[in-house]
Amino acid sequence: MTGAPRARATGPLLLGVRHHGPGSARAVRAALEACPPRVVLIEGPPEADAIVGLAAEKDMRPPVALLAHAADDPGRAGFWPLAGFSPEWAAIQWALAHEVPVRFIDLPAANSLAMAAKKPPAPAPAPAVEPAPAGPSDPAGPSDPAGPSAPAAEPGPLDPVDPGNQAAPGDQVAPGDQTAPAAASAERMRVDPLAVLSEAAGYDDPERWWEDVIEHRGTGGAEAFTAVAEAMEALRAEYGHGGHEDDAVREAHMRLRLREARREFGDEVAVVCGAWHVPALGERTTATADRKLLKGLPKVKTEISWVPWTHRRLARHSGYGAGITSPGWYDHLFHAPDRPVERWLTKVAGLLRDEDFAVSSAHVIEAVRLAETLAAMRGRPLAGLAETLDAVRAVMCDGSDVPIALVRDRLVVGDILGEVPESAPAVPLQRDLTRTQRSLRLKPEALERELELDLRKETDAGRSRLLHRLRLLGVDWGAPAVSRGSTGTFRETWRLRWEPELAVRVAEAGVWGTTVLSAATAKAETEARSAKGLAEVTELAERCLLAGLSGALPIVMRSLADRAALDADVGHLAQALPALVRSVRYGDVRGTDTAALGEVAVGLAERILVGLPPACVGLDADGAAEMRRHMEAVHRAIALLSETEMAGTETGTGTETGTQPHTQPHTQTDMSTTGMSTTETRSAEPRAADGLRARWAAMLRNLAGRDGTPATPGLIRGRAARLLLDDGRLAEDEAARLMGLALSPGTQPPEAASWIEGFIGGGAGGGMLLVHDERLLGLVDRWLISVPAEAFTDVLPLLRRTFSAYDTGVRRTLGELVRRGPAADGPTGVGGQGAPAAPGFGPGLDPDRAAAVVPTVRLLLGLDPVPHANDSMEAAR
Amino acid sequence: MTVTVPGTESTDTSGAAGAAGAAEALRPHAEDAFAAELSALAAADDRPRPARWRLSPWAVATYLLGGTLPDGTVITPKYVGPRRIVEVAVTTLATDRALLLLGVPGTAKTWVSEHLAAAVSGDSTLLVQGTAGTPEEAIRYGWNYARLLAHGPSRDALVPSPVMRAMADGMTARVEELTRVPADVQDTLITILSEKTLPIPELGAEVQAVRGFNLIATANDRDRGVNELSSALRRRFNTVILPLPATPEDEVDIVSRRVAQIGRSLELPELPEGVEEIRRVVTVFRELRDGVTGDGRTKLKSPSGTLSTAEAISVVTGGLALAAHFGDGVLRSGDVAAGILGAVVRDPAADRVIWQEYLETVVREREGWKDFYRACREVTA
Repeated sequence: MTGAPRARATGPLLLGVRHHGPGSARAVRAALEACPPRVVLIEGPPEADAIVGLAAEKDMRPPVALLAHAADDPGRAGFWPLAGFSPEWAAIQWALAHEVPVRFIDLPAANSLAMAAKKPPAPAPAPAVEPAPAGPSDPAGPSDPAGPSAPAAEPGPLDPVDPGNQAAPGDQVAPGDQTAPAAASAERMRVDPLAVLSEAAGYDDPERWWEDVIEHRGTGGAEAFTAVAEAMEALRAEYGHGGHEDDAVREAHMRLRLREARREFGDEVAVVCGAWHVPALGERTTATADRKLLKGLPKVKTEISWVPWTHRRLARHSGYGAGITSPGWYDHLFHAPDRPVERWLTKVAGLLRDEDFAVSSAHVIEAVRLAETLAAMRGRPLAGLAETLDAVRAVMCDGSDVPIALVRDRLVVGDILGEVPESAPAVPLQRDLTRTQRSLRLKPEALERELELDLRKETDAGRSRLLHRLRLLGVDWGAPAVSRGSTGTFRETWRLRWEPELAVRVAEAGVWGTTVLSAATAKAETEARSAKGLAEVTELAERCLLAGLSGALPIVMRSLADRAALDADVGHLAQALPALVRSVRYGDVRGTDTAALGEVAVGLAERILVGLPPACVGLDADGAAEMRRHMEAVHRAIALLSETEMAGTETGTGTETGTQPHTQPHTQTDMSTTGMSTTETRSAEPRAADGLRARWAAMLRNLAGRDGTPATPGLIRGRAARLLLDDGRLAEDEAARLMGLALSPGTQPPEAASWIEGFIGGGAGGGMLLVHDERLLGLVDRWLISVPAEAFTDVLPLLRRTFSAYDTGVRRTLGELVRRGPAADGPTGVGGQGAPAAPGFGPGLDPDRAAAVVPTVRLLLGLDPVPHANDSMEAAR
Repeated sequence: MTVTVPGTESTDTSGAAGAAGAAEALRPHAEDAFAAELSALAAADDRPRPARWRLSPWAVATYLLGGTLPDGTVITPKYVGPRRIVEVAVTTLATDRALLLLGVPGTAKTWVSEHLAAAVSGDSTLLVQGTAGTPEEAIRYGWNYARLLAHGPSRDALVPSPVMRAMADGMTARVEELTRVPADVQDTLITILSEKTLPIPELGAEVQAVRGFNLIATANDRDRGVNELSSALRRRFNTVILPLPATPEDEVDIVSRRVAQIGRSLELPELPEGVEEIRRVVTVFRELRDGVTGDGRTKLKSPSGTLSTAEAISVVTGGLALAAHFGDGVLRSGDVAAGILGAVVRDPAADRVIWQEYLETVVREREGWKDFYRACREVTA
């Protein structure tokens, strides 16, 4: 290799690489071995010169990243990730092992961060978080695209161009997300050098071309450096800076640093940089011209450190990811001593075996054959990732994509987590925390103390958010305690205690971001994606609201909706709904926008609505009891939900409930059609929750109206009837009819008893109903008398459970009523028409006497003073 | 001793039938229907060919996927789908591993296998149709009992199976619906595929496969009550799963075209309107099948039915018949609603919930789907 790169000049060894290319890394290593330089220059922020020595420490394990951030604003930061297979890392390792100095020659982060902040006033939307520093450095290359900075820092420009980048060709497009702002310059037609070259070579996929030509050629890449450099030169001659105008500044700086190094070390200098820059470094310009270019660049005070990185983040296309879609594969290519395909497939087989797939050595043999033949058919020199995965799918996985997804996740991307020695400078998250603590006047103290927060006050709300965010990050500085005083939603009590190991936790959490807010958001998003159960996500949503992480909410909501859609267990859904509805309410209190949340809640309720009736079939006693609890919880939640939704509109649900009972229930016998018509007639109005409530009632009516044959437990049917009655959606005589049906002789006594438990069980309210509606009491009484002696002992515990829950007063009143015994026969009471139709226990109410109190009651209730004639009974109650 | 199988002798009946039928055949074999393309490809093909292959693997892939030859001949695409799948399938045949095509009904498994055999061996007729009653003789060999009784066991009394003939001649054999074949019969393939020989113990002889022999099997991975392949047999196959159409546009296109063909053969009146409904049927099928709405924003549960393109075609055809004979001649929501319900709700309990959820959470809200929602509610209730 020696000769080749040198061929271009007697001067320094210019090694143009593709960032994160394993082939490039091998070639760089070989080139350095072949003609050892006295200094190694690397494309990267010069601030890192001071800490590059850490890379040699035992505890330093790639992937890691250089992190530079503005000293006063940790949120403004840039990352330069380095993987074990990055050429830059290979060069650093070689240099440190041979005690050769390493220098970074790219534009200082001080400038690139400042430029990033300054330039894109409008364009860089995301800069706050990821200013995409100088991304140039490279590795980040593609990632940078994240590039909000694109416009700014320049990374954008460079990267795309860097051949290296090509690694992440996708990125150039993807960056779109954020880099979109860069669009301005993008329009000027950025040149993707690899695309141009590969097109010339007849490849449709630039990445594949690079892989075939460079990465898959083992170590023999010496000529490649020259060839690539020449190709780049030709490209640059044609396209100029190719739309990456910030490159000029960066390259000027690189040249200056290179000159400096040559003054010191002569020609024995090696430069590792993106291939795109190679021609620029060879250019003959004057130092003065370069200095001029660099004059007056904005500057900001920065700090730099090493942070651990992961393969998964390298693979990510957004944020700080490097856009390397297959870091695990590259790592393998770089580290495999020989026969990469055979070794790779053996690795895959090992993984599949661990996951209990029957994969034998014969499978591996056949997969290797298939991969190689495929490569030959596709005209590639060596089976690449695509060929091996196709072979694995066809031979080892029975053609299924499911195990392939596993292989991709575990091997192609991989779980590798980098490590950084403890001596590395502190992470910016700690600084941000310190700053926030100061501004909120919340000091970390080792002594435990209690803190009362009034969320209506700005500072207290900020403190609460900080503590909640820290909890999300696993930094348990404060633990929520039960408020002693008021239970209002605007009050929170915390128990604070700062323990030294929390600092370690903060350092660990540094992986997630540079500020408490961004780290907590990133963590919440990740948790939402990986959460297993529905309840877990619901809880997460609640915590996000508490912590004020509105940025994470969309993803959490999405994940919530997805899990709700796939969860077939109504019980799980029913458990999740109340918490969700609470969040909707709570969000209102905090002024958070909870529209999305409400939408998800309504969707969840819809699913419960559909799933509940079939789920109520064929339950045993315990199952029925649980289902009844779910039903009640959902009932309350739906009421709350519709109230919340309607808070703005004038129509209160109250009025509806109040006026409806006498009209609707009778007509609505068929639940499904009713539900539908109700919805449809109302669909014009934007009252989803209102329709929801009506449909929920219709569903309850269907449950209540079922006879025993679809084997719906009496408990459920009784409860459904009761919930309807309480809501005023069931006329009293309808209730009596249902009870009569449930208690008729055809029903098994235990079943009837459980219906009674469902209908009138559950606390004092249940008993009051019997006290006031003697018809119902009469039905129960008659049924009880008719229970045959042998069945009575079965029924007794159920009844006892039902009635013993009543207040003493209610029980006594009931007892008195029962003792009075059924009245002789026929309708009793003076008027007759106002009396209960069923045989009662005493004289019916005297409507005239009852009417006397009506005016007073109405006055007390603030109702229209003129009572309707036939409302007297009602009013009296 | 090796027996040479008298291939011509046993094929002469089918050969005669083939000759007579070529012109009249309701459906000609692939190698006849596309003879021109195959010979143009063979002429243009300068790449290395495996032993006894009519074309190079590259040319076989081109034959299936379509393309234009240097001389301007246009090769029509036989299979519309990912290139990767065809490449893996062809490569598998070239590596002498057997190929197993899996997929739900209606994904062109048989079609692909026929064309592969036609392109590789120039003969797609060496076919064993798998059924629950397929005997071992269909895969190995049978006997001409008159000769067997008259002359005793001899190779003249042997009736070779298509697989045996393919082995002897180095051709591609096909087995349709392999998973319907009883397990013990399936396993006769193991020796054939691993040792590449077929012993004939009655004669103390064997047939050794000649280079170029290979086997393509198809199977349906969605059916219940089939005979799963033993792992020993499975290991002899490379498996390729044929996917459902990738985009809604493709699928609407396939459905409309097939529906038009079927409608013509049933002599249904032409319907001017109805593309909207077809699109709707395809959308419903795709969404339920994929478990996610078309915009990718809402996940759904998938019912137990397969909901293949073929079923979408039959729903639309049924709807057309309804509209033509009982309706106003325009395909409307009501005409397809019942068909959709029947296709989706296979398991009365679980699938019904899934369907209702889908109706309530997706269809109800969707712009312009009100009549469809109403029609579905009507038949579902």
